[in-house]
Amino acid sequence: MNDLPPNSYRNQPDERGHFGEFGGRYVAETLMPLILDLEKHYRAAQADPAFEEQFNDLLEHYVGRPSPLYYAERLTDHVRETAPEGKGAQIWFKRDELNHTGAHKINNCIGQILLALRMGKTRIIAETGAGQHGVATATVCARFNLPCTIFMGATDIERQKPNIFRMKLLGAEVVSVTSGSATLKDAMNEALRDWVANVHDTFYIIGTAAGPHPYPELVRDFQSVIGKEARAQMLARTGRLPDLLVAAIGGGSNAIGLFHPFLDDPDVKMLGIEAAGHGLDKQHAASLAGGGPGILHGNKTYLLQDEDGQITEAHSISAGLDYPGIGPEHSWLKESGRVDYDSATDTEALDAFQLLCRTEGIIPALEPSHAIAAVVREAVKMDRDQIILANLCGRGDKDIFTVAEALGTEI
Amino acid sequence: MTRLSQSFPADRAALVAFVTAGDPTPTDTGAILDALVDGGADIIELGMPFTDPMADGPSIQEADIRSLAAGTKTADIFNMAKEFRQRNPDTPLVLMGYANPMTIRGSEWFADACVDAGVDAVICVDIPVEEDESLGDALRAKDVAVIRLATPTTDAERLPTILNNASGFLYYVSVAGITGQQQAAQASIEEAVARLKAGTALPVAVGFGVRTPEQAADIARVADGVVVGSAIVEIVGKYGKDAAPHVRDYVKSLSDAIRAAREV
Repeated sequence: MNDLPPNSYRNQPDERGHFGEFGGRYVAETLMPLILDLEKHYRAAQADPAFEEQFNDLLEHYVGRPSPLYYAERLTDHVRETAPEGKGAQIWFKRDELNHTGAHKINNCIGQILLALRMGKTRIIAETGAGQHGVATATVCARFNLPCTIFMGATDIERQKPNIFRMKLLGAEVVSVTSGSATLKDAMNEALRDWVANVHDTFYIIGTAAGPHPYPELVRDFQSVIGKEARAQMLARTGRLPDLLVAAIGGGSNAIGLFHPFLDDPDVKMLGIEAAGHGLDKQHAASLAGGGPGILHGNKTYLLQDEDGQITEAHSISAGLDYPGIGPEHSWLKESGRVDYDSATDTEALDAFQLLCRTEGIIPALEPSHAIAAVVREAVKMDRDQIILANLCGRGDKDIFTVAEALGTEI
Repeated sequence: MTRLSQSFPADRAALVAFVTAGDPTPTDTGAILDALVDGGADIIELGMPFTDPMADGPSIQEADIRSLAAGTKTADIFNMAKEFRQRNPDTPLVLMGYANPMTIRGSEWFADACVDAGVDAVICVDIPVEEDESLGDALRAKDVAVIRLATPTTDAERLPTILNNASGFLYYVSVAGITGQQQAAQASIEEAVARLKAGTALPVAVGFGVRTPEQAADIARVADGVVVGSAIVEIVGKYGKDAAPHVRDYVKSLSDAIRAAREV
């Protein structure tokens, strides 16, 4: 990282974990020594070629990387049918839904469990929303033989039943969290409560690029494999860089993983898509569009909150995006103007979900369905020789019950 | 600041009593604060309710939910403090809570509101020393004490970092965990207090998991202050609007035990 130009967008955070005014380490004092220790171990791991070698080896042979870069020809044709003359950009997907466990989450879990082992921790905890991070965490815990407790909101457990069973098959204990809105933020509160009581032996595998420093940085670094591969694959396949990157954002780990390696490519535009739920004027999960800066879960970032700083409840049809905050680097990238942010509603995501099923034979998760909705919106405005690259960060098998219910279909 | 330092008597430990502001409703808090004083509390910690109290156990979580459901706003909490200060010029008031409600309008706004309401000190659970500038500078500039927390995970290397710029008293969180759960072993508390007192001239108050007069007395023999929170909040949860006399009786049992603790 030392050879970056001084005006690089990739030189964040500073040594205190701040991305501009965002990020930081807003944790209870009990956790502070552990957070400092984690940072020390992460720096040592970064400097150790053996760590990178083991990480890369597991990504290749266990996760199945590199994931393909795919030109979505029929979706592109579909867009061009309704696009004005000469418009309709090429749509490409980074196929991270083909990873082992079906989403990008595993990239980060591999990195963090290797860190946990380096630190001598003997127990793993994690929070999960859609269950994808819970499944990925349970997976690496089984692989490395560590006991695993997953905290999940009771509401999310209800709408993601297949993933609960997966976690249990993998040997994890799933704790149902009933406090607050019983979704992802409450699961994170409960995981933090467990962690503070078990600091001596427990490692917390945070699932998104948020939380206290160094989590936003290390999760981004582990997920950056997405953007590094995609950049090299695109250059190899087309001899050029994409014009626009698109990714869905809950906490924002798949988006930062795709965006970060391109941040210093000035001709590559980027668009992060938040969940607009029932609409931005109703209940939604779009912290950047509908929130303001605040402090929650260890970092300063954009939050959905009232004028007293009480956190308001998010809503999205996608459990993985149903969170009232966002990773701090996205807050910084928004304010710096480097990345644009927009949103897609539940309905738009459902339409995009079905469109991808029918045009490409790919059942996407509801999370990237938000990005696909935006891709279609943007593609009609762009020239035919331009390229959009979107992250297909998860597969939709887990969502078929939710989608069936939304479409009024009995399975 | 003087009000706070004077509230630690030389011959016994001080009783620090916590209650959640606005629980069960904003109009009930005044009588409960007065009951704490009547029962013998030397210092009051007024908890600011938060939607996501991730360092608190079920008792205080539920108190926060009750308070917020009753419509408690930050302005109400400062009004409660101000009215208490008008009735009671002597008992120090410490606001305790989380970073977001404290900083949402800016740290200067919060510091001014504390001064205006007669608040003596602030404990912010999720602003460690590393992020002190987001609140501490503004409070110190207005002579509002910034209470630091030491925990079982605070080693000799970290202690000077915590003590730098600390004021009021040092709060020893005796259990690595959340509020209202198990109490630490007396031996570990004694060892920790001795270690902390060797590092600071500030009074050391011990809290987390203290429920019975016997536990309070044990801590009072070695520490400068005993903090009791969840047990009081549970009484408010049980009796609701009629909680004040029950709170008074319970606090008196703690206070009597603390006053007798060093007479043996």
